[in-house]
Parts: sequence; C-alpha cells; structure tokens
Amino acid sequence: MSNGILGKKLGMTGLFANDGDYLPVTVIEAGPCTVTQIKTKANDGYNALQIGFGKKKVKLVNKPLRGHFAKIGDKNFEVLREFRVDNPDEFQLGQEITLDMFDVGERIEVSGTTKGRGFSGVIKRHGFHRGPKTHGSRNYRRPGSIGNSAWPAKVIKGKKMPGQYGNSRKTVKNLEIVDIRSQENIILVKGAIPGPPSGTVEIKKLKLGNR
Amino acid sequence: MEKIKQIEKEQLRLDIPDFFPGDTVKVYVRIREGEKERTQVFSGVVISKRKGTTNASFTVRKVSYGIGVERVFPLHSPSVSKVEVVTHGRVRRSKIYYLRNLRGKAARIKERRRD
Repeated sequence: MSNGILGKKLGMTGLFANDGDYLPVTVIEAGPCTVTQIKTKANDGYNALQIGFGKKKVKLVNKPLRGHFAKIGDKNFEVLREFRVDNPDEFQLGQEITLDMFDVGERIEVSGTTKGRGFSGVIKRHGFHRGPKTHGSRNYRRPGSIGNSAWPAKVIKGKKMPGQYGNSRKTVKNLEIVDIRSQENIILVKGAIPGPPSGTVEIKKLKLGNR
Repeated sequence: MEKIKQIEKEQLRLDIPDFFPGDTVKVYVRIREGEKERTQVFSGVVISKRKGTTNASFTVRKVSYGIGVERVFPLHSPSVSKVEVVTHGRVRRSKIYYLRNLRGKAARIKERRRD
C-alpha cells in the first residue's frame, strides 16, 4: 500500500465516546486519489508515487499538465503530491488510493500549510510577554534587549525576533484515528491539524521509529 | 461544512425532553466505578442552558446540607442516561444566577402554569 493520502481539511467538531468522554476531532475529506506517476529507482533515482487529488476545470489546466494527466485518462487534479514507497512495482498508473489503508485507532501524521499570519511581532510569533501598558511605559509589545554591548558586539544567531509567521509547512505526529467513513471518504482525527478549513493536507502512516 | 453538521447531528440525543431555566429536574447520571456501572440522581433547579450542537450543556443547582452545589452536564453526553422534569418554574430570565445569593424562602421559584 501507499503510505499516504491527500485530503482536504473540513473543520473541527466534538464527538462523545461511549464512556462519555468528549473528544475534539478534525474532519478531513481524504481521497479518492489517483496514481498519476510512478517513480522508480532505475528511472528517477528514488521510489515514489505521485498521486492526484481534487477536481479542476479542464480550461484551468495548463498544457504540460494536460499532457501529464492524459496518460491516465481524462481526469484533472487540483493537487499533485509525491509519497515514497518501497515497491513501486505493486502499483499501476490510474490506480485509486482510498482510506482503506488506515484502521480506526491507528496513529498517523498529518502535514499541511499553516495559516499565514504575515509579519508578526514577538508576542504573537514567539509568545513573549508584554510590557506594562501604564505608568509612563512606552514598551508595549517591543522585543526588549536583543543582546549585550561591547561583547559579543553582535546579535547572536537564531535570536527570536519579529518576522514572517505562519504559511509554512508543519507536521503533527501521533494523531489517533477516531473514525473512518469510507463511503463518504471522511476520516476523523483526534486533535488539531495545521491549516485553515479547505486547506490541503497529507495524511501519512507513522514511520517505524515514531510508532 | 454540511458534512460536519451531519456528523454533529448523529451525536445529538433526541430523547432528552424540553426543559428551561427555572425548571426543577432530575438528572440520572451514569457513574463507572471500576467495572461496575451505577446511576446517580442529581436533582435541582436548572439555572442556565448553553446552546450548541454537540457541546450544548446545562447547569443544575441544588442546596445540599446548607451548601449550594452546582453541576454542569453536557446535554448530549451518553453519561446522562435520563433527564426528568419535575416542575416547570416561572422565571423572567434565561440565566437565573441570582439564585446563588438567595437562601431559604427567598430562593423559591413560582410554578409556571401550563395552559
């Protein structure tokens, strides 16, 4: 089996377990995905599957991609991603990948692009504390001192400062699968995952070392 | 969004009767003690109801041995096995937190006539 699938985050809600516990769950619409390209060690230097997910209007697909998609029939995908596999020979072009590869209770990892917060200050970006708002203070949300003076006479590398926050790829590991509804292609995962609702996410099996 | 609403809808319990703040209710709570399961009754006045789909809740207040006890129950939780409405009370607001400052006779609630 492929070790991953593509999905769309739909949002979060809560479910009751049978013993009355309230579980926070993220609802992800995952698959069905189609194998669009098989990369082999002999040909490409590594073994991987390229899979496509989502629909796109034909007129919005550019010509090179149209040719690429033509190899597996008249399907157009919104997203294409690669997943490493051990044996690429097991797969065929156009093969469908569904949620059947996961089981309820299994642990997975989910990657996605986090919500972009733009150029943020140190309070939002690094969780610094705020200065006093009153008593003549003008140090409301400033970062404070960023180092010493004569020595080392420079700012130490990696100093936490304002800058771009969010809109970066993040992975959450060890998430538990609460429920799988294969008819609706919906998977329920305990806890939060990166990105806004409607964001594309990659759902992967945990690597052996992380299990 | 519709799919999430549908998932939430499956969670909702339709067997819980309609009740309002001011009503006196008996809440049958499932309690697990190791392997055994038993039901405990918590009866008192509903002092607030929080709306929501799966996370809707209500607060019940009673005075036990002179000490006020309040308990918040998730409305749709499977641990609430039954809710019984004892009396309907007539109150003018939806959150009757003023009851916390009243004792004895003053803490009574008039019964609502149902025509």
